[in-house]
Amino acid sequence: MLIINCPHCGPREESEFACGGEAHIARPLAQNSLSDAEFADYLFLRDNPKGLFLERWRHTTGCRRWFNVARDTVTHEIVEIYPMGKTPKSKAGKAAYSDSWRRATPAEAAAKPGGAK
Amino acid sequence: MASNQPDRGQRGLPGGKPKYSAFAIAKKAMNYHQDWQRAWRDAEPKAEYDAVIIGGGGHGLATAYYLAAVHGMTNIAVVEKGWLGCGNTGRNTTIIRSNYLWDESAAIYEHSMKLWEGMSQDLNFNVMFSQRGVLTIAHSEHELREMSRRVHAIRLNGIDSDILGPQEIKKFVPAINIDQSIRYPVMGGFLQKRGGTARHDAVAWGYARAADDLGVDIIQNCEVLGIQRQGGKVTGLDTTRGPIKTKKVGCVVAGHSSVIAAMAGIRLPLASRPLQALVSEPIKPILDTVIMSNAVHMYISQSDKGEMVLGAGVDKYNSYAQRGSFPVPEHMINAAVELFPVLSRLRMLRHWGGIVDTCPDASPIISKTDIDGLYFDCGWGTGGFKATPGSGHVFADLIANDRPNKIAAPYSLSRFQTGLLIDEHGAAGVAH
Repeated sequence: MLIINCPHCGPREESEFACGGEAHIARPLAQNSLSDAEFADYLFLRDNPKGLFLERWRHTTGCRRWFNVARDTVTHEIVEIYPMGKTPKSKAGKAAYSDSWRRATPAEAAAKPGGAK
Repeated sequence: MASNQPDRGQRGLPGGKPKYSAFAIAKKAMNYHQDWQRAWRDAEPKAEYDAVIIGGGGHGLATAYYLAAVHGMTNIAVVEKGWLGCGNTGRNTTIIRSNYLWDESAAIYEHSMKLWEGMSQDLNFNVMFSQRGVLTIAHSEHELREMSRRVHAIRLNGIDSDILGPQEIKKFVPAINIDQSIRYPVMGGFLQKRGGTARHDAVAWGYARAADDLGVDIIQNCEVLGIQRQGGKVTGLDTTRGPIKTKKVGCVVAGHSSVIAAMAGIRLPLASRPLQALVSEPIKPILDTVIMSNAVHMYISQSDKGEMVLGAGVDKYNSYAQRGSFPVPEHMINAAVELFPVLSRLRMLRHWGGIVDTCPDASPIISKTDIDGLYFDCGWGTGGFKATPGSGHVFADLIANDRPNKIAAPYSLSRFQTGLLIDEHGAAGVAH
């Protein structure tokens, strides 16, 4: 059982939460400029690291709010909890964010205003 | 489709290994069972192979066996970082069935079922395949209607499937509670009589022994560290036991597929999740079939040792830890006790988790990749055990011929670009 420190309600048991999977997947605004393969990166491909993973959680049976968690998928240790819309601040979290293959995808570039190719 | 028998290749240890039989047991008893031969050699890795399979679980060993038995490729190896069957092969609840909704799924799981039906003879190894039936329960009017649609679809594919009413279910499974006052009453169900269970370890050992008999090297304690490539082609592997040259690599590593794929710069649409199971203390026989329930989400059978074997769905977060959280087993025990009140005072004997590779459409990936000679058989998620022989059979065909056959073709990685998904979520009965 994970004990997750909800930023709004404090530490609660995992059974109160829902896991929303990989964090920081932005929907491409200029989706028509993407090929099917590039759009598949956004739609289907998910990061599945053995190690630190940046993921979204929701305190479903509590405050019902979303937040981001940096959690190790081998030890289950929660390294950092940070708000939606922000990037991680811890050294390991920053590395996990910048090293993700997703940062280099055309889908992510197309998610930023004016970022389409 | 259903009438086609799979090509079983050379059967029953043609390589000359001494066979197991009742006579052999009697004969060895004279010598106090002191001189049984090794089931397979402890092979040292050679410098080069025609093909290397990564992963010594059921699917990997089946792939190696069919490469040798059907396609005559005997200069091959299986590399396994632990010991044979130490992953999901030894961690599942051993349920076998082929009653899937979609044609693509019916094709591969029925292909598998046919191979199960002759496996003990093919491998000269008793895998204790027991066609005790798999009964999936419906708990609402809606579920029952959806179920009858599925039953008809399954029958159209030539696969046995029957609808049962509550009284028929009670007759078939006397221990079940069909009281209509419980939270999820038994409204009906559908039965695949050819479904059942098998001894999971025996499947790994049987394939290993039969593959070894045909000359396949089985190399345990050998972890893959990297995939060597040149000009978009595989040239070999780096392992903890040194480099191995090969032009064909088949990856059959379940929960670690994304890790191996990343070594070659390939991304897969997989999420690795813990799947938990447990067994009770052994009791006298009370359940001679397999019961599955989608609504309460639990499946249960009784092993030959008498333990009640329970499983349910995956944990909700990604993990590589081979363990999950307590709410999941608590949920499956709640469901089991409601359907079988007689189990309420049983104690749990063992509880474990395995890491399964779940795919967005709950169907597997059996595919070539952008790198020549690199093949993946993964994404079996929570339903891989039943597919062991069929998966190995079609994956061997893909590796040997460098093109997917008719059964494997729909399971290409490209479906995540074309949108031709095989959506078995929900359609598959209980979560596989």
